[in-house]
Amino acid sequence: MGIMKIDGYPVEFTDEPNILSVIRKAGIDLPTLCYHSELSIYGACRLCNVEDDKGRMFASCSERPRDGMSIKTSTPRLVRYRRMLIELMLASHYRDCTTCVKSGDCVLQNIAHRLGVNSVPWGYRERRYEKDFSSPSIVRDPDKCILCGDCVRVCEGIQGINAIDFAHRGTDAMVIPAFNKHIAETNCVNCGQCRVVCPTGAISINTNIRPVWEALADPNVKVFAQVAPAVRVAAGQGFGGVRGENVMGKIVAALHRLGFDEVYDTTFGADMTILEESKEFLEVFKKGGPFPLLTSCCPAWVKFCETRWPEFVPNISTSYSPIQMLGSIAREYYADPAHNQGKKVLSVGIMPCTAKKAEILREDLKRDGKQNIDYVLTTQEMITMIKRAGIRFDDLEGEAADMPFGMGSGGGVIFGNSGGVMEAALRSLCEGSDRAEIENLRNSGVRGPGPLREFIFKYKGNEIKAAVVSGLAEADALLRRIKNGESFYHFVEVMACRRGCIMGGGQPAHGGFRTKEARKHGLYESDINTQIKKSNENPTALAIYDTLIKGREHELLHSHRH
Amino acid sequence: MLDSSFYTKTDEILSKYPAQERSLIPIIHEIQETYNYVPIELLPYIAKHIGITETKAYSVASFYERFSFEPKGKFIIRVCDGTACHVRQSLPVLERLRSELGLSDKKHTTDDMLFTVETVSCLGACSLAPALMVNEHVHPAMTPDKATELLKELREEASKS
Amino acid sequence: MTVAKITGHDELNVLRQNYEDEIKSEPVRILVCAGTGCQASGSLKIWEKMSELAKNTEVQIEFAPEIAHGKNHPAVHKSGCLGFCEQGPLVRIEPLGVLYTKVQPEDCEEIFETTVKNKEIVHRLLYKNKITGEECFNQDEIPFYKGQTRVVLKTCGTIDPESIEEAISAGAYQALAKALFTMSQEDVIKTVLDSKLRGRGGGGFVAGKKWQQVAAQPEKTRYVVCNGDEGDPGAFMDCSIMEGDPHRMIEGMIIAAYAVGAQEGYIYVRAEYPLAVKRLTLAIKQATERGLLGENILGSGFNFKLNINRGAGAFVCGEGSALTASIEGKRGMPRVKPPRTVEQGLFEKPTVLNNVETYANVPQIILSGADWYRSIGTPDSPGTKTFALTGAVRNTGLVEVPFGITPREIIFNIGGGIRDDKKFKAVQIGGPSGGCLTEAQLDEPLDFDSVKKLGVIVGSGGLVVMDENTCMVEVARFFMDFTHRESCGKCVPCREGTLRMLEILERIVAGQGEMEDIDKLRTLADLIIHTALCGLGKSAPLPVVSTLNSFLDEYEAHIKDKKCPAHVCQKLKQYVIDPEKCKSCSKCARGCPVQAIHGQPKMPYEIDQTKCIKCGACISACPFKAIYVA
Ligand SMILES: Cc1cc2nc3c(=O)[nH]c(=O)nc-3n(C[C@H](O)[C@H](O)[C@H](O)COP(=O)(O)O)c2cc1C
Ligand code: SF4
Ligand code: SF4
Ligand code: SF4
Ligand code: SF4
Ligand code: SF4
Ligand code: SF4
Ligand code: SF4
Ligand code: SF4
Ligand code: FES
Ligand code: FES
Ligand code: FES
Repeated sequence: MGIMKIDGYPVEFTDEPNILSVIRKAGIDLPTLCYHSELSIYGACRLCNVEDDKGRMFASCSERPRDGMSIKTSTPRLVRYRRMLIELMLASHYRDCTTCVKSGDCVLQNIAHRLGVNSVPWGYRERRYEKDFSSPSIVRDPDKCILCGDCVRVCEGIQGINAIDFAHRGTDAMVIPAFNKHIAETNCVNCGQCRVVCPTGAISINTNIRPVWEALADPNVKVFAQVAPAVRVAAGQGFGGVRGENVMGKIVAALHRLGFDEVYDTTFGADMTILEESKEFLEVFKKGGPFPLLTSCCPAWVKFCETRWPEFVPNISTSYSPIQMLGSIAREYYADPAHNQGKKVLSVGIMPCTAKKAEILREDLKRDGKQNIDYVLTTQEMITMIKRAGIRFDDLEGEAADMPFGMGSGGGVIFGNSGGVMEAALRSLCEGSDRAEIENLRNSGVRGPGPLREFIFKYKGNEIKAAVVSGLAEADALLRRIKNGESFYHFVEVMACRRGCIMGGGQPAHGGFRTKEARKHGLYESDINTQIKKSNENPTALAIYDTLIKGREHELLHSHRH
Repeated sequence: MLDSSFYTKTDEILSKYPAQERSLIPIIHEIQETYNYVPIELLPYIAKHIGITETKAYSVASFYERFSFEPKGKFIIRVCDGTACHVRQSLPVLERLRSELGLSDKKHTTDDMLFTVETVSCLGACSLAPALMVNEHVHPAMTPDKATELLKELREEASKS
Repeated sequence: MTVAKITGHDELNVLRQNYEDEIKSEPVRILVCAGTGCQASGSLKIWEKMSELAKNTEVQIEFAPEIAHGKNHPAVHKSGCLGFCEQGPLVRIEPLGVLYTKVQPEDCEEIFETTVKNKEIVHRLLYKNKITGEECFNQDEIPFYKGQTRVVLKTCGTIDPESIEEAISAGAYQALAKALFTMSQEDVIKTVLDSKLRGRGGGGFVAGKKWQQVAAQPEKTRYVVCNGDEGDPGAFMDCSIMEGDPHRMIEGMIIAAYAVGAQEGYIYVRAEYPLAVKRLTLAIKQATERGLLGENILGSGFNFKLNINRGAGAFVCGEGSALTASIEGKRGMPRVKPPRTVEQGLFEKPTVLNNVETYANVPQIILSGADWYRSIGTPDSPGTKTFALTGAVRNTGLVEVPFGITPREIIFNIGGGIRDDKKFKAVQIGGPSGGCLTEAQLDEPLDFDSVKKLGVIVGSGGLVVMDENTCMVEVARFFMDFTHRESCGKCVPCREGTLRMLEILERIVAGQGEMEDIDKLRTLADLIIHTALCGLGKSAPLPVVSTLNSFLDEYEAHIKDKKCPAHVCQKLKQYVIDPEKCKSCSKCARGCPVQAIHGQPKMPYEIDQTKCIKCGACISACPFKAIYVA
């Protein structure tokens, strides 16, 4: 608690961990390249330097605010230093902005522009490393890396994976997997969180735009898309829209204009997941184990569990993730010539997630050797396509998703938030449509801040011990406690990305705290605006059990992982 | 692939240290001393034993100048280019060694795996600058000619054993 | 062999007395210096030879360290560095006190016959005053030692560093006993605070304050860490202390641990100091066996365990947070502060981190008191400082002088002036983090604060003297090359900035500099100094800044005239054929690897300067000495 002066104006601070946060709170967007509020403080870029009234300089990200302090953020000297730092970075950077995937969305480029770096007075330090296209999810281009370490800290600190790290030192330093292996040969779980924090084009999404576009242009191919819940509250950001606003209607309209024959809502698949998973849970609960039942909808988590905690793999629900549910059902649907009109059908998932690009390739999710989904495009790729086609997103009139898979419940839509799957599953266990019970559940602890939430849900006189966890490092710790007998749960939801899919690896990057909150609220609000709250009350979902599934749940809706 | 003797030896080294992250550097030191380099295949093995990722082990090992993933020669000649030695003409000594052995600042080890020539900044024998170290033995007050002489002696020593 | 643990101050005193008596009873005591320097000069052979000789004489001499103190027998010991390594191998013979220099194995017999048996002097082995030519009989007569005040190095060179008995006889662990049995933890901290002992690792931070801060932390698991990384190229003070008197430093660490309530300690030693590692390891083993380390130290109930970690070739690991990271098994990259090491250091616990020499000062402060300590040196920089005096001085070596002495006294009195009667140009102080002092600054007092005003730092203690034959631009390039190579690569100004400064300096020494480069160097230096994350970066440009300030003319000569005034810079050398002397024999042209020499019969040959790679081959090829370097 205290007051400090920033550029002459008094600013109050409370529990801000560093001066940089206070500066940002005061409305000054100090440029930084190595600070993320959720990552450990690294102090490498030195852009956040400020000056105190004695002319002393220090990095504001790594200094605690003190009462009575007075600092300046943009003296001519500071601005000169910042510009020189950027010039130095750029001099060792493979600067092909005009053709770089990140151009226009690149923090380094933006800062250079903001600071008026109009030329680089140093010769280019040629490095030219090989690009790494091995992963279906991300592409690594070390020539673009400025060694800010953000990816290393997110991968190790938040995800507990450490697939990439610094190697060598000094000007030889680089961020690579061990022994400079291809990323696909590591334990990388494809979560794409490194790409989200990377300020440059050094880590980007492995894009599938081209084949999709070709299919869209092919009159002999029927292309349909499904749009995941979290996409709708993030896509608007790509068009300068309001943070967290649900723009599903416009997305549907834009996709139609791009040539998608049908646009479905993955919320429908989410309802299917809940229908199957809650059945599974009740069975396990009745049988008395094995506990906990672990959710299956996050592929990054599933891969993590398989590599790090194989003993828990049998606990993972076999129910398909929402995208697979819809993909599998739609395959059945389009198997009917009445629906495919004799054309080839291409199934595209529009996802907030880079790991889904890997999930669709999994053997245990194939049926007759064929993928349930042909391509996954991330939110960011969808934005790129809309822009590339010149569609004015803002001006679009919203359209409804296509039937029969265009309708989902409120439970389905909150899937995109950490805790959403659990809430939807337990909601479906609430008796009838009792609003009060749903309300109670909401306040039970399933929502809320923090990467780990534990709570108890009363079900028919029994207590269900549940936990919701996001971030794999946190999940790792939780599993360890479960294994050691320190913790016990009946049901655990795990999402690899902190806060869930709203912060997935394929979402528009540069989301600060307010963006994160806005996306979360966006989804909860969509739930409020939905008539049907419970997945097991989605009439279209229930209907397909008779029309398409016909008792083939095991074949159509469950992974054959074990 | 390394033959199993490497792993037996590594097990022996691992058994001397607690299976913790902080043992990593001492373990790599011993590996390096045993083989004159760090066979890269051993890193994942060590990492697993002490409970860290192979990425971390590689990251740490590649940071330190002393650890080499390339095999080094029987005689590691470290020519001091610390301040005291530098101002007393250590570079001509280095150059002589390199030219005699056909090495450069890129190529450090002779093809016959007899000699590795590196620089080091200070050996603690600054009063006797310029100094160099052959394995763990310091040679003071070097000159290019003495360096040539030294190589001759080392070659003889090698041919004897 | 097991030895009994010492369980109290009285027991320690009895032991000390016994050991002292034993040493006194040695009729002749031969100390052969076995520091890194003298070993490099072959002192181990001398030691062997002396032992050999002794065996063959009638007097029975036992050499095993444990029983070397046999009564009525002369004894041969290895000692730590005496500081005058340049004159090594050194042999000292007690109780005569005579010091022989540059002893060779061939001399041993004579020494044995003449001095050991007949108490006569072998004159040719005495040190001769380089100016007056006078013979110096013992250490005190040698000008090199005259201006010195030996506190930290008091017993370095007079005892066998591999023998704890000798250390105890010389008073080791007395201060520990005093602290444990007569002083509270607060008393110890207060004494060290009052002494104003400042860190010798470079920063000059008041040691007592660190201890006080660690003692005040709520977290009770604490560590004491000794920084023996000594990365400054051209400095070996800490090396000599660790090798020559390991117990003094260890004792200082135990006292620190007692004062702050630490349970465990680490010594981080450069891997390039194998002898120091060996002696420290031995010293820890001996001290533990005798109950001076480990559980229940001296029966006081205090426990302290000491470990040794070796560096792995990274200068930056001398920086506190990089050092602790390295001990933890991580990359040695400095981290941001706060939290500071005293709050969250090693394994994120409160940690006292001090330098070797800092700890080595502690025992004497505890024994003689803060007032005594402050009586040496200057009011704000009390005590002594060890320096590694190297470069173009007559006497190089390790010296210990009180703070406040002037550089001139060190260089000209102790160091005996410039070698070969060359002209003094500068003295580099503080290593890669420091700068140069010029002739005009030689009479300023040498202490932490005074030198800071001159734009340099005391640093860890490297003093490299440079004469007229040193090119200051090349020196600046040398240091820049060092810091650039040693940069951990974490922060932008240091990683990228040092690279660019180095590039510029390389251009200048190659004769391709431009006048704008001076400005570029200054702006880059300003940026790096003010924005780098750790001390390495913050100080990396200092050698450049300091040479720019004092030797701008040399920079200009390189840039404008494409000349190196000191004739050092290879690429600025011009190989020229004297037309008067050239006999057109064409030998040079045939030897030139790049065909830079052309000529015709009967006409003087010429060198094409644009092709010449300055290899010098032509000079030796010319039978008529017609080729010279301009
Ligand atoms: C790049 C760098 C290298 C350093 N190297 C050493 C060193 O080799 N030895 C040392 O004692 N201190 C070194 N220091 C200083 C230490 O960080 C630290 O201040 C010191 O060990 C504290 O001990 P003292 O207070 O007793 O001096 C270095 C600092 C930096 C920034
Ligand atoms: S990463 Fe950014 S700065 Fe670099 S080339 Fe791409 S757009 Fe330009
Ligand atoms: S920004 Fe400049 S470089 Fe890039 S395309 Fe436009 S004009 Fe060309
Ligand atoms: S995708 Fe996830 S697991 Fe893979 S490197 Fe990036 S952060 Fe690490
Ligand atoms: S890859 Fe991106 S996030 Fe990672 S260090 Fe490089 S620039 Fe930073
Ligand atoms: S949390 Fe969601 S976005 Fe993130 S990896 Fe899992 S499924 Fe993908
Ligand atoms: S100043 Fe240099 S050594 Fe220090 S953290 Fe920055 S890059 Fe690393
Ligand atoms: S110095 Fe070498 S390159 Fe130059 S002329 Fe002489 S022989 Fe030729
Ligand atoms: S070797 Fe000497 S004399 Fe002969 S041509 Fe060359 S410079 Fe002239
Ligand atoms: S944000 Fe502070 S150093 Fe990068
Ligand atoms: S500078 Fe070469 S030994 Fe110290
Ligand atoms: S090593 Fe013998 S005097 Fe220094």
